[in-house]
Amino acid sequence: MPQNNKLLRIEELVLHFNTTHGPVQAVDGVNFELASNRAVVILGESGCGKSSLAKAILRLLPRNAGKYSGRVYLDGRDVMLLTDEEFRQDIRWASISMVPQAAMNALNPVIRVGEQVAEPAIVHLGVDKKEALSLVRKMFQHVGVPDDFISRYPFELSGGMRQRVAIAMALVTSPILIILDEPTSALDVLTQANIFNVLKRLKKELGISFILITHDIATSSELADDVAIMYAGQIVEVSDAYRFFDKPLHPYSQKLMASVPRLHGTKEPEFITGRPPSLIDLPKGCRFADRCPARFEKCVEDPPVVEKDERKVKCWLYS
Amino acid sequence: MVAPVKTKDVEKDKRKVLLSITDLHVWFELRRFGFSNAGHVKAVDGVTFDVHQGETIAVVGESGCGKSSLMKTILALYKPTTGKVVFEDLDLAELDGKGLHTYHSLVGYVQQDPYGALPPFMNVRKILEEPLIVNGVKSKEERDQRIRKSMEEVKLTPVEDFLEKFPHMLSGGQQQRVVIARAMIMGPKFLVADEPVSMLDASVRVEILKLLRGLQETHNLSVIYITHDLSTVSYFSERIFVMYAGNLVEKANVRQVLDHPLHPYTMALLTGTSEPDARNAETFKELPPGEPPSLVNPPTGCRFHPRCSKAIQGLCEVKEPPDFEPEPGHLVACWLYQ
Repeated sequence: MPQNNKLLRIEELVLHFNTTHGPVQAVDGVNFELASNRAVVILGESGCGKSSLAKAILRLLPRNAGKYSGRVYLDGRDVMLLTDEEFRQDIRWASISMVPQAAMNALNPVIRVGEQVAEPAIVHLGVDKKEALSLVRKMFQHVGVPDDFISRYPFELSGGMRQRVAIAMALVTSPILIILDEPTSALDVLTQANIFNVLKRLKKELGISFILITHDIATSSELADDVAIMYAGQIVEVSDAYRFFDKPLHPYSQKLMASVPRLHGTKEPEFITGRPPSLIDLPKGCRFADRCPARFEKCVEDPPVVEKDERKVKCWLYS
Repeated sequence: MVAPVKTKDVEKDKRKVLLSITDLHVWFELRRFGFSNAGHVKAVDGVTFDVHQGETIAVVGESGCGKSSLMKTILALYKPTTGKVVFEDLDLAELDGKGLHTYHSLVGYVQQDPYGALPPFMNVRKILEEPLIVNGVKSKEERDQRIRKSMEEVKLTPVEDFLEKFPHMLSGGQQQRVVIARAMIMGPKFLVADEPVSMLDASVRVEILKLLRGLQETHNLSVIYITHDLSTVSYFSERIFVMYAGNLVEKANVRQVLDHPLHPYTMALLTGTSEPDARNAETFKELPPGEPPSLVNPPTGCRFHPRCSKAIQGLCEVKEPPDFEPEPGHLVACWLYQ
């Protein structure tokens, strides 16, 4: 049963893609929840299904989408039961918006940025252009874009400013949840830190919740209240950020943390041997077993999700 | 403008200088309607340093600070506007076609984006064979041997599995290994690595950095590692040069820069770099306002002064700071340390 204090609750979400080699099991039974005004970080290597999870939540399905099932409760309402048209009107951009990967480079080069940001407001809120532009002005203030940039073209803006514009575009319809897919991976250090300052401020001032999808563990800690680790289409650990960054539980999470280079201290970063399994031909049992230093006999069977002090971990070591 | 002070290095003097750069300027002319001069992009503006045999140096800076232009000048792909780049006894400005050919077999180049750097219609064998053919290795057998040897060195093993593969069949990490093997195949003395790991996953990143360090140690290579990510620097380099708007603003050993940064810009870069810590989410970072300046009309005096919270009025915006040496071997171009 969905709990009322949770903003988003995802149960057994599955999204497969059909290919000539067989179904790609990109999202394969994902469960997690997110409370209001919190940020969850979804961490994992490339090819583990992070971006597909974002698409599955927003029902942005490519043509080759195969099996798509599960339950997504938003404020207690199962949005998976809605028709595509209802979903488009009530959920996508109205309640949940998204800053896709490399959004800053996807702005239309021949339309002024102000008009591009206004478009979702005109479509989803039904306001006229003048009103939409005043909304844009408000959003630009929130993300720190100067007012007069409203009539500029994307090429006149730096990368950091374009990324802010992309965030403003996700904000303009006043959603309750924003999904950010690698929002800063192409940006410089200082620009990146600036964007995270902006996101922190939005969370504090507007009470928005975030799902942050990234492979950059160090910068993800700038926004994280909770951390979910994704591996081969599944979530293998969910924890609050404090305990996670202090002491991750799953062997994969531990390896990931050990691979982060640090500014200070002498501990050498380690790398994880091997590669994530192909999502077409997944191993039976624990999907990390091949690369796991703590593997034992039980790992040939699929591990259960164990709950331990409000942290969840999918590993035989803890059962 | 003030003449830059030559880098003094107490310990390194014993080692042989491999590459010496003196007061290097690389400017690009801007043209309006194709002919009239409309100013210059001053991408590199007064850079001086030496690289010793077997030394690793990291050049750190944001995009648009001129680090790629510096690198391309070192690779003799751009000509210096003024100033000198001397490799061993070769002055790069004076190299003719044949000289350039020889020079390019002495320096290796590891590109940022491995997929973009590898020709899509050539398999690994062909990619690695080409530099050998170009440099006149006639015997097919010898070429084959050298290809195998360099593939083993970058751990693309078993070699047979990879020889016939095309770039798109390899993972990002494997592609980068091919790029490194190609850079190493002529047995260079000097390697320029331009953000070699920025396109890779965190776990693979460490693997590639360790590989590069291993190669550097076994071949006593000199390496210039260009990056914007300070956190990977300490595992790879001995010295760090921090670059801002065409100038090197701080030059010192890795630990000196990371533990006691002196230049306000270096401090800002360190503040901007995160370490995984849940407490980060509760605080806002104090960062310099604004963005790096245009290199066509950089600010007068110290180029960082419009963004600097410690700027001294009447000095920083007027006079360009020379290099000061507040502690041995730690050079900083900032008036705070005069």
